[in-house]
Amino acid sequence: MQTIDARGLSCPQPVIETKKVLDKKPDAVTVQVDNISAKENVTRYAKAAGYQVTIEGTEYGWALELSKA
Amino acid sequence: MKRLGKEQYTIMGAGSLFAVLAAILVMLGNPLNMGFCIACFYRDIAGSLGLHSAAVVQYARPEIIGLFLGATAMALFRKEHKSRGGSSPLTRFVISFFVMIGALVFLGCPFRMLLRIGGGDLNAVVALLGFAAGVIAGSLLLNKGFSLGRSYTQGKVEGSLPSIIALALLVVLLFLPALLKFSTAGPGSMHAPILISLAAGAVVGLLAQRTRFCMAGGIRDLFLFRDTTLLLGSVAVIVVALMLTIATGTFKLGFSGQPVAHTDWLWNFLGMGLVGYGSSLLGGCPLRQTILAAEGNTDSAMSVLGMVAGAAFAHNFGLASSGAGATLGGKVAVVLGFALLTLIALLIIRKNNK
Repeated sequence: MQTIDARGLSCPQPVIETKKVLDKKPDAVTVQVDNISAKENVTRYAKAAGYQVTIEGTEYGWALELSKA
Repeated sequence: MKRLGKEQYTIMGAGSLFAVLAAILVMLGNPLNMGFCIACFYRDIAGSLGLHSAAVVQYARPEIIGLFLGATAMALFRKEHKSRGGSSPLTRFVISFFVMIGALVFLGCPFRMLLRIGGGDLNAVVALLGFAAGVIAGSLLLNKGFSLGRSYTQGKVEGSLPSIIALALLVVLLFLPALLKFSTAGPGSMHAPILISLAAGAVVGLLAQRTRFCMAGGIRDLFLFRDTTLLLGSVAVIVVALMLTIATGTFKLGFSGQPVAHTDWLWNFLGMGLVGYGSSLLGGCPLRQTILAAEGNTDSAMSVLGMVAGAAFAHNFGLASSGAGATLGGKVAVVLGFALLTLIALLIIRKNNK
């Protein structure tokens, strides 16, 4: 499964990176983020793009598991 | 149109409250259509600290101090205060410097632009077009791979300093005001009582931290991701400001004779265009940079310092506009700003795409 490392990136870059990958319609992607606005914005974008989001807390922040709804 | 959810209602509520607080501050003494203006207030603070000597714009605006303290409190409460930094701090300083120049050529930050539109100032509508064009240009560069790089965790002291400095300024303002300069005429002399300004700033800080309110982000998210969440906050500011200026009798539709404004449409467009362009590259408007700095983001703290330095330069070198219009120096600085920011962006994109 593909992983996007968006740690340390400030918005909108985490969303841009996520969009680039979701535009290819993968079944599942993990996005690693470490700041709260990235977590919220990627989640919002993924939901709007028709993905389910499971959020898991990690030592660096959050791992967002996106899967086709 | 998608159905509105909790997030959307929250940010519209916050934007509406911002406009109400702005109206109250104007009623209690702030200049017209300047209940809030992040750029103008940093310029006044720069003047109050003697970093420039334009006698009419010197005041240690408590709204800014309130923004810092409110946002810091909310971030601590929500366990979102994190010391971070190291994402091209000096580049951010330079970009923010020119964001401030652009704002002072227009005479307002994005926040005041919304309030000016709400007051019927059509010059601000021209500026909005420029701002949107600037944000879109910056967004295109972001899509092409522009990035200021990753930030990293920093020590607690580093990320706490922005709020501590704000607190220190408050102590000086309240107990040692003789150290500061205060305008006796002009916009700097017009202000609401200190504690009310401080409280209004704190409320905006709390809510802006909570909602991630950002005017540049609103246009950017619509353009890049077809997401209107952030934009709804800005729309709420305009709508409520409009209702309140009509209700209080300060609404005045037109281009000429607007408070703290000029009618050089090209330079309103380009000045705010530069603000939008730079804000887009930075990842947020001056308000958002302030809130992020208060959350422990020292890259945004560098942006704040860049804006303060930009304001000082703008007045020391006659770049800031006045009611009479833009100055030659201001026009040159705006064109230079566009060229420099574009050069920086293209060099970074070329390196990132190698």
